[in-house]
Amino acid sequence: MNEKFFTSVNLDADLCKGCINCIKRCPTQAIRVRNGKAEITNEFCIDCGECIRICPHHAKLPSYDKLEVLKDYEYTVALPAPALYGQFNNLDDVNIVLTALKRVGFDDVYEVSGAAELVSELSREYVHNHPELHPIISTACPSVTRLIRVRFPNLIEHLLPIKPPVELAAELARERAVKKTGLPPEKIGIIFLSPCPSKVTAMKSPLGTEKSNIDAVCAIKDIYTRLLPEMKAVADDPEELRISGKIGISWGTSGGEASGLLVENYLAADGIENVIRVLEDLEDEKLDNLEFIELNSCNGGCVGGVLTVENPYLAMVKLKRLRKYMTVAKSHVEGVVAEEDAYWTEEVTYEPVFKLGTDMKDSIARMARVEELCEHFPGLDCGSCGAPTCKALAEDIVRGKAREHDCIHVLKKYIHHLSDEFSKLDGE
Amino acid sequence: MSDTIKLQYTVSTDDFTRAGEASGDVKRKLKKMGSAPEVVRKVAIAMYEGEINMVIHANGGTIDVEITPEEILMVLQDSGPGIADVEKAMQAGYSTAPDRVRALGFGAGMGLPNMKQYSDEMEIETTIGVGTKVTMKVFQT
Ligand SMILES: Nc1ncnc2c1ncn2[C@@H]1O[C@H](COP(=O)(O)OP(=O)(O)OP(=O)(O)O)[C@@H](O)[C@H]1O
Ligand code: SF4
Ligand code: SF4
Ligand SMILES: [Mg+2]
Repeated sequence: MNEKFFTSVNLDADLCKGCINCIKRCPTQAIRVRNGKAEITNEFCIDCGECIRICPHHAKLPSYDKLEVLKDYEYTVALPAPALYGQFNNLDDVNIVLTALKRVGFDDVYEVSGAAELVSELSREYVHNHPELHPIISTACPSVTRLIRVRFPNLIEHLLPIKPPVELAAELARERAVKKTGLPPEKIGIIFLSPCPSKVTAMKSPLGTEKSNIDAVCAIKDIYTRLLPEMKAVADDPEELRISGKIGISWGTSGGEASGLLVENYLAADGIENVIRVLEDLEDEKLDNLEFIELNSCNGGCVGGVLTVENPYLAMVKLKRLRKYMTVAKSHVEGVVAEEDAYWTEEVTYEPVFKLGTDMKDSIARMARVEELCEHFPGLDCGSCGAPTCKALAEDIVRGKAREHDCIHVLKKYIHHLSDEFSKLDGE
Repeated sequence: MSDTIKLQYTVSTDDFTRAGEASGDVKRKLKKMGSAPEVVRKVAIAMYEGEINMVIHANGGTIDVEITPEEILMVLQDSGPGIADVEKAMQAGYSTAPDRVRALGFGAGMGLPNMKQYSDEMEIETTIGVGTKVTMKVFQT
């Protein structure tokens, strides 16, 4: 069911007031307000969650699974994202969270940060062995990979072709569960506790792998309230379940992945607008001598995801404190995962979704028409037409998705013109 | 309908924050037209270098761009000081950029060599005290 373009952001049409706040915020101009309601074009959406953050009426809904999904499986394994640990006050032992997860209803836990340490080790080697592809761009944030796929064709070869930690964690967790229980793999539910809906899209429509090993994606904010009482109950005597150290936990915040590579020349940018700026500069070869680039769509990294509870900057501080007394790393590739199993199996290819026409000649004609239309429009980018800018409306028109009179300023002129004509008739 | 698109940009004096606006706009347009990624890359790099040279060395100017299914033509025109020795200026590493510009990371003397490398055709007409006109072409295929 790998749909090429999928979005995990939905609209509650009853709540949507058509206020156009979201169309202005979307970094890929994927949203239009038509007939008073917001509409997302799947091909353009990268699941960054910006529209969810901005909507004052909470009409944009991230899709994810409810915790009831646990009942669908005979045996379940929770895959907590490292961002989860940043949600709690005064947490000094990750085992408390992990043990509490088992009391909430999971049969086992597998830390995504453990798999992250494996990805760190493998990436170190990949970055070292491929100077011709520097800078290597991280692929852990699905929104960034999706953005590059539709907008930065020249950067695709720089993408790190290693599975993201959560995907690797899912594979390893299932393997372990099958061994432990003897159950057939499909009876085992691998459930990711996610900071963002972008990972829902990565599960349903993965890039780099044909099919995801994750069975369901639940929200950190849903599990959070369930965990609090259980954490209290186990605080004094938690089970030893941890499989990660400093390096793995660091992946939850911007810069964590890059610092785990132990290279000197790296850049880490977070927040989708900053990410886009870095990618533009990278494409123009304005950034020299970098070995690695870490990019996170959310402010602060995964702790800034829309399915989290805590303010991302506070979560960052909490993760930092938690990391302080940890060993550097607890998980290692050797004997745990065969290197070739950790690499992408599918190629990521350019999807020119923003192309205007069918061929170059057609596209040029349409572009010329866009320029011409823009001359007509007032250039106010007022959004009243439902498109974020006058230029976006012009492009919609040449794509056959809107009309010139959707611009209220053009319409007003036209009405004036009509009434002038009428009064002329009257006078005759 | 025509199969040429003509664009004009004004490059303002000494404004580093805006340098790259013109080449950025052309880059985005080419992507929307479905130019090959490699073509987009060549144009973006060559034009950005030319644009930044106009800002640093020549008090700005104008850029005219013509796009057809066959090629992208860029004409960068300024009324700056002109280039005394074009052959020398074309050498990698040659630069007269002042210190304040070098402090911003420019002045490696790589701009003109890059423009030559990334464009398919390039011509420089320059007169001391009058200005410089750089014409570059990148073919679509
Ligand atoms: N438009 C121009 N007007 C006047 N002089 C120019 C112009 N473009 C280039 N030059 C001269 O040619 C020299 C070399 O240009 P080039 O772009 O190769 O290097 P640069 O601009 O000095 O450094 P870099 O491009 O690496 O930042 C410049 O230092 C300058 O003296
Ligand atoms: S922000 Fe967008 S989704 Fe929310 S009410 Fe306004 S138009 Fe509708
Ligand atoms: S999730 Fe991001 S890309 Fe998708 S419609 Fe919302 S703002 Fe646009
Ligand atoms: Mg230069």
